[in-house]
Amino acid sequence: MSIPLEHDYIGLSEVSSMKNSDNNISTSSTVSSEDENKNEKSNDSVLKTDLRLGLPGSESPERKFESGVSLSGKELEDGNGNNPFGSVKNFVSGAKRGFYEAIDGSGKWVFSGSEVVDSGKGNVLFSPRSGKGSSVNVLEILNGQKSNGSSSNQGKDVSLTPKSAQEKKPQVNEHSSAPAAKAQVVGWPPIRSFRKNSMATNLAKTTDETEGKSGSGCLYVKVSMDGAPYLRKVDLKTYHKYSELSSALEKMFSCFTIGECRSNGIPGGEGLSASRLMDLLHGSEYVLTYEDKDGDWMLVGDVPWEMFTDTCKRIWITKGSEAIGLAPRAMEKCKNRN
Amino acid sequence: MDCKRNRDMKSPPPFPDEVLERILSFITSRKDRSAVSLVSKDWYNAERWTRTSIFIGNCYSVSPQIVIRRFPKIKSVTIKGKPRFSDFNLVPPNWGADIQAWLFAFASAYPFLEELRLKRMTVSDESLEFLSLKFSNFKALSLLSCDGFSTDGLAFIASNSKNLIELDIQENAIDDFSGNWLCCFPENFTSLEILNFANLNSDVNFDALERLVSRCRSLRVLKVNKNIQLGQLQRLLVKAPQLTEIGTGSFLQELNLQQYAELACAFNHFKNLHTLSGLWEVTSVYLPVLYPACTNLTFLNLSTAVLQSDELAKVLGHCPRLQRLWVLDTVGDAGLQSVGSSCPLLEELRVFPADPYSQDIFHGVTESGFLAVSRGCRRLHYVLYFCRQMTNAAVATIVQNCPDFTHFRLCIMNPHQPDYLTDKPMDEAFGAIVKTCTKLQRLAVSGLLTDMTFEYIAKYAKNLETLSVAFAGSSDWGMQCVLDGCPKLRKLEIRDCPFGNAALLSGMERYESMRSLWMSACNLTMNGCRLLAQEMPRLNVEVIKEDESEDCVAEKVYVYRSVAGPRSDAPSFVLTL
Repeated sequence: MSIPLEHDYIGLSEVSSMKNSDNNISTSSTVSSEDENKNEKSNDSVLKTDLRLGLPGSESPERKFESGVSLSGKELEDGNGNNPFGSVKNFVSGAKRGFYEAIDGSGKWVFSGSEVVDSGKGNVLFSPRSGKGSSVNVLEILNGQKSNGSSSNQGKDVSLTPKSAQEKKPQVNEHSSAPAAKAQVVGWPPIRSFRKNSMATNLAKTTDETEGKSGSGCLYVKVSMDGAPYLRKVDLKTYHKYSELSSALEKMFSCFTIGECRSNGIPGGEGLSASRLMDLLHGSEYVLTYEDKDGDWMLVGDVPWEMFTDTCKRIWITKGSEAIGLAPRAMEKCKNRN
Repeated sequence: MDCKRNRDMKSPPPFPDEVLERILSFITSRKDRSAVSLVSKDWYNAERWTRTSIFIGNCYSVSPQIVIRRFPKIKSVTIKGKPRFSDFNLVPPNWGADIQAWLFAFASAYPFLEELRLKRMTVSDESLEFLSLKFSNFKALSLLSCDGFSTDGLAFIASNSKNLIELDIQENAIDDFSGNWLCCFPENFTSLEILNFANLNSDVNFDALERLVSRCRSLRVLKVNKNIQLGQLQRLLVKAPQLTEIGTGSFLQELNLQQYAELACAFNHFKNLHTLSGLWEVTSVYLPVLYPACTNLTFLNLSTAVLQSDELAKVLGHCPRLQRLWVLDTVGDAGLQSVGSSCPLLEELRVFPADPYSQDIFHGVTESGFLAVSRGCRRLHYVLYFCRQMTNAAVATIVQNCPDFTHFRLCIMNPHQPDYLTDKPMDEAFGAIVKTCTKLQRLAVSGLLTDMTFEYIAKYAKNLETLSVAFAGSSDWGMQCVLDGCPKLRKLEIRDCPFGNAALLSGMERYESMRSLWMSACNLTMNGCRLLAQEMPRLNVEVIKEDESEDCVAEKVYVYRSVAGPRSDAPSFVLTL
């Protein structure tokens, strides 16, 4: 598919430079941030078939059309003939500026939200409700969709209009338009670049949610607990951080009174469970340990989650007193201090 | 009384100029000085001869020549350049606000200049070199959110400014070639009191830094960048027990037992620490070393530390005197609960989003966190809050709890988002704010807002000076209301709102009493802007024209009062009408 490749080249598609994203044809001008990729990943197919291109109230004719980014508008409006290549040209010119902006901006490839948006004309074209020969164009676009992922991009652009009464619910199920909207608006949320950059590095180190762990199989490991009559198995791939695993195990083994195996389940990033493990050491009888690839017994929580899932072979919920020897000495020191 | 100077006044003055000048030299507040200068010609003159510190809120509102003509004895200069939205990439590069022209003028007029504080200016390495060479008494350089220079420029300052007391390089977009600039401080240089290079990325030579810290016995502020490891930090801290503000580097390094003990011991000495920041990559294992140093802490900046709620709770338990707190939203509502319960003296809270582009509402903070803070921190008057959901009712309760807000900046991160419980616009929230908080000076609005919000603001926010609006309003009427109803408004910045020429022109008379107006992605046309420029010759009406927009659309408009006339250094994409 040549055209999506073009898009890739000029950075329109979401093939991010930072993370490899698979089938991201969706938004044209989306930022190549690791965070956005994860939003898009689940909804590509939805996006492609989503006919809901014009949002309610989006036929606002106030804005003049901004040429460039949006595929809609000029070419289609004038010619009434959908020339996908012509549109791509438009894309390119728009993208050029977007690229320029991106390089000088925060390094993110975005288009100004205003440009991207809407032209009342663009919306009119795509909204199934409007007249103006839109049906013809929509069909052509849908037909052209396979060869040039542009139309879904257009849809995105259209739905981006800040003027339109955008999605009212920011809920996660509104992936189709909301993430793109967020991604494509320059300078929003209003956070300074230095802060964005410093968070990007922080999150890359401490979060593992950015990688889409879509269907790369499962990873069942045996879980045994002292005093329990039988073992269980858990799929490590279904969890993304220690707190989730911890709470799942707690539920699983609660019938065997695991005691204060606390899992806070606090949302928000990968919480390195050093503090929780300290809580375990303090208050509970049981400690989570695991056997790694080398056959050594390790304390759960020391390494980043991904490393853990890579190396863990089985899990053992053991009595605290036996696990003390595993705790890093610094932590013990902390314990004594407290 | 003796009159030592010749004056053509009808009645003899009550006391000689010298006395007047002496008295006026005690007046430091800018506003007071402006008032003083309006009293009479004598007072104007006395004031201008005694002013030593000048603040220029918009570098294009006045020219260097006008400044040096009026004020002959300036020692300290503060200048702000680009519109604030340039921080969010809304202003193209090379827009202007270059300091060089100012430095040329100052070199001859103020050779004894001591302080230069710049915000959102463009500063080249050549300018920094010029600064370091031409001003032998130069003492303090502070660059916030500036661009155009590199670490080479810093090397000039370090090498040549023999009397430097302060070097504060914050949040700038610069080329960071290497940390060698730090080595350029001469070995006999000992005057430094403030050193902040927290936002630079490259490694500095640690030995040079350690030696610098050892010999600068008056050093009270030290903020290092994240390349400084814990072990290194410990060595710096023992050399500088007199520090009152510390910005740590990375908090991640694995320490052995002894190192850990040494670090804890080092922090234990800082009983007078009032500001703490940095803490990159902090893990909770090391947080306890900070606790002894937190007793007198008034400002804790955790905006680069990814903390969970329990970790924050533990830290705050040791910070009873905290007045200002900056955190990431990873602490969640639970973390903010502990803020409410641990920090009764809190006056300022800023919550930044760790993951601003994530759509996931299960991360970050919500209205309940804010509510929790407001219940416990009754003195709260400054808030910057990024969240993904909010309700009108919550905001109303919050301002009931804390009616003294002077700065209320709420950012609901999804544009046009209504109250998530009632699905109504957030008008009532901002209505409650302006009705209850009579001292409100600064307001930033967000969420789904109709003109009603602006009617409320116009009606109640009589002390409002700065208003930031994005993705809000339903028609020109909203903006017209505000321009009409807020007498103290000085800065108005608007993006992506349905305000058009009628709104712009309705405020014609107002703009001369304001510092500036920014409108981008609204409904302005070139003709509307031209009309404004025509009617108001003392305003500079500038349109930023980027390639793709149609000719008649005025995509980004910046209007400001100026006694210096139109810019002479405008780049091609800035059209002055």
